[in-house]
Amino acid sequence: MRTEDFDFLAKLLKQRSGLMLTQDKVYLLESRLTPIARERGLAGLDELISKLRSSRDEGLMNDVTEAMTTNESFFFRDNTPFDLFRDHVLPMLEKRRTNKKIRIWCAAASTGQEPYSLAMILKENWHKWQSWNIEIIATDISAQVLDKAKRGHYSQFEVQRGLPIQMLIKYFKQDGEVWKISDEIRRMVNYREFNLLDNFASLGQCDILFCRNVLIYFDQPTKSDVLGRMSQLLAADGALFLGSAETVLGITDKFRPVRSRRGLYVQSAAPDDLIT
Amino acid sequence: MKQCLVVDDSKVIRRVARRILEELNFEVEEAVDGKDALEKSLSNTPAVVLLDWNMPVMDGLEYLKAMRASPNIAQPIVVFCTTENDMSHIRAAIEAGANEYIMKPFDREIIEAKFSQCGLL
Repeated sequence: MRTEDFDFLAKLLKQRSGLMLTQDKVYLLESRLTPIARERGLAGLDELISKLRSSRDEGLMNDVTEAMTTNESFFFRDNTPFDLFRDHVLPMLEKRRTNKKIRIWCAAASTGQEPYSLAMILKENWHKWQSWNIEIIATDISAQVLDKAKRGHYSQFEVQRGLPIQMLIKYFKQDGEVWKISDEIRRMVNYREFNLLDNFASLGQCDILFCRNVLIYFDQPTKSDVLGRMSQLLAADGALFLGSAETVLGITDKFRPVRSRRGLYVQSAAPDDLIT
Repeated sequence: MKQCLVVDDSKVIRRVARRILEELNFEVEEAVDGKDALEKSLSNTPAVVLLDWNMPVMDGLEYLKAMRASPNIAQPIVVFCTTENDMSHIRAAIEAGANEYIMKPFDREIIEAKFSQCGLL
């Protein structure tokens, strides 16, 4: 790929999604954008880029942004955050939320595996939570992945990566090659199309925030900005989950890591013993 | 090093599974059917059994039931690994004492995910 073409795409993606495209991701451009070119009857990536340059076609720019920002996702990805959610964060809020209200925001919900995993954890302890008002708001920049998330249909391959078989039995129905998540789980999650570069005001305060493996695509100022605004949105005693390869060190002083709880953060001003 | 008994009548599947499991640091033994597996579990119980369903002589479910009923076998974790991919088979396997269930085709990531859910990794 020519340098000026790469720079053009990198600039477009940065503007529209905050995504930082680095040279080592050229292969992703090829593999993800070639199908879009074909769909539109274009010969290949080169023609797609010239079309983008000449027409500023809004629909095409959207498709390109969505294709490049989509993450691979699986149920209970990395396990640890879900264990921490169940064993440390929920018990803390159970004590502190006397109004029995908890709002959870999954900020990069992708195809739904993360919010549905949280919903299943709650369902596993339903005797405890059924009298609570728990809202799971799941957002993503891509309308396309949210459509899949809302349908809750997964392939055999997708339900085998991370999902314990007992949960497959309990919360899924098989329909030919497709595994459909049950309505009781599906109804627990509210999906919304949302760009993290936009104003958070419409989302309202939340108690738990999952923002895993998204910030890695942003440059430093964008990371600081997003985390700063997340800090305003999150309750003073709320919890933030970042990806295991992510950190707040040197990016923001609004959050601090919870000692020996990898990927879990609280507001810097929160009491030391908030989560143990 | 933990031991894994791979039970499958297909030599190709056994070889693929062995390669993945050895990469995950398991010591691998192979059995060609349920009866062979039962004999091998009696003499030396592995930590985990990766178990096919449809096999000649004795199938995977028969093996599982016989093995779970045997007081002479220190009970291993059992992960089914089969082309049977409908809910009724899955339920039957779990009811008979399987700990996890893999629907073929499988790859390293699926084995790794399922084994770590069983606390093996």
